Amino acid sequence: MVFYLDNNVKRSLPDDLMNKLGYQPYKSTQIENKEVSRATHKVAISTGDNKVSNSIKEIVANNVKDGMTISFHHHFREGDFVFNLVMQEIMDQGIKDLTLAPSSLTNVMNNMVVKAIKAGTVTNITSSGMRGSLGDAVSHGALANPVIFRSHGNRARAIEQGDIKIDVAFLGVPNSDRLGNANGMDGKAVFGSLGYALMDAQYANKVVLLTDNLVPYPNTPASINQTQVDYVVQIDKVGDPEKIGSGATRFTKDPKELKIAAMVNEVITHSPYFKDGFSFQTGSGGAALAVTRYLRESMKNSNIRASFALGGITKPTIDLLEEGLVDKVMDVQDFDKGAAESMHTSRNQQEIDASWYADPYNKGAMVDQLDVVILSALEIDTKFNVNVMTGSDGVIRGAIGGHQDAATGKLTIISAPLVRGRIATIVPEVTTVVTPGDSIDVLVTEVGIAINPKRADLIEAMKKVPGVPVFTIADLQKRASEIVGTPKPIEYTDRTVALVEYRDGTIIDSIKQVKD
Amino acid sequence: MAENTEERLRRTMMFVPGNNPAMLKDAGIYGADSIMFDLEDAVSLAEKDAARILVYEALTTQNYGDAELVVRINGLDTPFWENDVTAMVKAGIEVIRLPKTESASMLEQLENKIIEVENNFGIPVGTTHMMAAIESAKGVLNAVEIANASDRMIGIALSAEDYTTDLKTHRYADGKELEFARNMILNAARSAEIAAFDTVFSNVDDVEGFMRETNFVHQLGFDGKSLVNPRQIPMVNEVYAPTRKEILHAKSVLAAIEDARIKGSGVISMNGQMVDRPVALRAQRVMKLAKASGLVDEDGVLLG
Amino acid sequence: MEIENTALAGTLESSDIQIMISKGDGKITIELESDVKKEFGDEIESVIKQTLAASNIESAKVKAVDKGALNCVIRARTLTAANRALGIADKPSWEVL
Repeated sequence: MVFYLDNNVKRSLPDDLMNKLGYQPYKSTQIENKEVSRATHKVAISTGDNKVSNSIKEIVANNVKDGMTISFHHHFREGDFVFNLVMQEIMDQGIKDLTLAPSSLTNVMNNMVVKAIKAGTVTNITSSGMRGSLGDAVSHGALANPVIFRSHGNRARAIEQGDIKIDVAFLGVPNSDRLGNANGMDGKAVFGSLGYALMDAQYANKVVLLTDNLVPYPNTPASINQTQVDYVVQIDKVGDPEKIGSGATRFTKDPKELKIAAMVNEVITHSPYFKDGFSFQTGSGGAALAVTRYLRESMKNSNIRASFALGGITKPTIDLLEEGLVDKVMDVQDFDKGAAESMHTSRNQQEIDASWYADPYNKGAMVDQLDVVILSALEIDTKFNVNVMTGSDGVIRGAIGGHQDAATGKLTIISAPLVRGRIATIVPEVTTVVTPGDSIDVLVTEVGIAINPKRADLIEAMKKVPGVPVFTIADLQKRASEIVGTPKPIEYTDRTVALVEYRDGTIIDSIKQVKD
Repeated sequence: MAENTEERLRRTMMFVPGNNPAMLKDAGIYGADSIMFDLEDAVSLAEKDAARILVYEALTTQNYGDAELVVRINGLDTPFWENDVTAMVKAGIEVIRLPKTESASMLEQLENKIIEVENNFGIPVGTTHMMAAIESAKGVLNAVEIANASDRMIGIALSAEDYTTDLKTHRYADGKELEFARNMILNAARSAEIAAFDTVFSNVDDVEGFMRETNFVHQLGFDGKSLVNPRQIPMVNEVYAPTRKEILHAKSVLAAIEDARIKGSGVISMNGQMVDRPVALRAQRVMKLAKASGLVDEDGVLLG
Repeated sequence: MEIENTALAGTLESSDIQIMISKGDGKITIELESDVKKEFGDEIESVIKQTLAASNIESAKVKAVDKGALNCVIRARTLTAANRALGIADKPSWEVL
């Protein structure tokens, strides 16, 4: 018999697991102003003269032990060679019971992780998300312990608080000198900002850099520096430059995406936040890029400049910087080569780490200063709760990313079509609550918008905007369901395969094993 | 001329390939004044039966909002058109568009079939409207009889690709080769008090060329354009949107009419000038366009 | 109505469904492939069956590859395939529409 307790988004959580892992249920989007302590980590003292190695085998043998926590970053995205290389070595050495704590897991890592789970090498995972064969395996109960999903800001918090204690961080970089001064901008497989990896470099007990480009000492500018690094391992290739770009950085020609983007722009420009010095985060993906382009026109026409653009950065955002429409780009990751390369030349493109970006437990994160943010959704329900983690079949196929974090912006817009294929995007109840409806302000679809009833001011502001029909979210949900019909409810077993943390480390939802 | 249809806005008639489920599903979201489901050129010979049934199912189940629903059937010289008419009339289509129309007798042939189907399915005779696409020199020269062929007629459209081939020319950027046809069709339509639709502009990426052509046909007096891509809809609407000055003028005209009505005065005047019927009609049309363009609210109050 | 020939309708494009109908063995059997089988598999099969029943087809083997089609598309493709299999695509039974 499993007991459940409800949290403030009315999700039943597994009582036994919550107790065992010492978790509290999610209460509120408000972060308490309290004093917290930071975790400490070990430092192996060295003059730095013997860090370079050509043997990942030796490094693993000397540093990775059964039961440890190891980490990676996902800045190489689908072009990552480092993860599979290191994990294969760890498996070959028969190491067991590891906790895998990467910033996220991309598709290129899936098969290796599944293999490592089967071999008993990996028995715990915490990540921003997972997709494909790995998400499928976990949703079908491949892993004995529940996966812990954390947003980028929350991962930074968890590392700083010691919830995640990284024993060894394996960080691929496109350049490094012999002591470990490295950045993400020079070399073959460049990805720009090292934002997520900077947490690991700062807090892991052991930091192993892997690079295919050993440069003369001292290497500048250094994002990761020699005071943090234990080893520098030379390998053939850290990544495939062709696959690092997220791909979805071309301007969409899909008329539906364009219509949604144009409406998102209308909402922004008719909101009280669209004034000189405002700030925004648009993210990647065809529709987000289209929003950036429409926003650019509106900013030019209204003679409005933004003080900063935040988050995952793309070339169209860099264009705004170069045109003087945006003063600063605060850059935690870059989605394309254009954005990665401009870090070199632009003093106004500041690399920031995940803590600076979005950690709720510090002395001020960028997301708290954010005015306008555009986010996507796999599902959104009539309480405005958003799911970016599980498909309508209950299977894990997404990532929190910075969703929960950026949603704290003053005007948080979800842009999503009513339906995708035969799957409704707007549903009576989301499969998994990732971001609470309390932090969502407006939903924009191809037929019109819905405004969170809590935002009476926005309802007033959007009353008479040409070409922006306002509906209740229940109306839009009904409309979506009229198009696609009612799906059969998902069947789950009693077993919890994953817990979704809110950004403060409380539990906002759990994911059950699917039955089939 | 069909009844009660003359005041309908027909700025945009969006083509939707009849055998494409994804496009049929989304056709209603772009705000086209008319949606034209195509059973003709967009459908291969082997799929005519499939498209006909698919469009039938879409028409009878999907929500296309306020858009006027039009189907382009296959030509009278094909073995498909009678089945097309049967299925579409049964589905309750508002308008059947006949391609390659060259004479009033072709529309008579179409109308006879429509009457037969309306009778068969217990649909009041006269429910289904017709429009004609003119695609040849002969059709252009017969535009007047075509436009006036039946009470069911709601509009005539120029189809420039076939027409320019017939003329032994092709389409040029400046559109001079279409001058005669455009004026002929427009005047024929007006003589019958029905709508005139300009031809499609197929290069979706040539925004400048599209805007030039749309401004030009707007100046001539066309009701609107046939469109191949929903991205062109907001561009046409922008061209047809009245200016603030035009709206204010239209409002004063309508106010003067209302004023005269209350006073029981037969002669309407505004600023010492007489308001005659054309002025009144134009004012009504401006307000209708202003509402459709989101420039005024339901009560005619200027927005923004 | 007796299905004698095999016929195909629909495509593998998104939002479409491809239906192949062939001679059955006294009942309707459906082999369905769909990304939304968990959510809509039962409904898709029931729409196919209803559509065939409306055409008085009681025996047929149906292979359906679904790409997220709505019910109206499933009906249209099933009916098209059935008409083709029955050899009446050019002179369909209008009552069935």
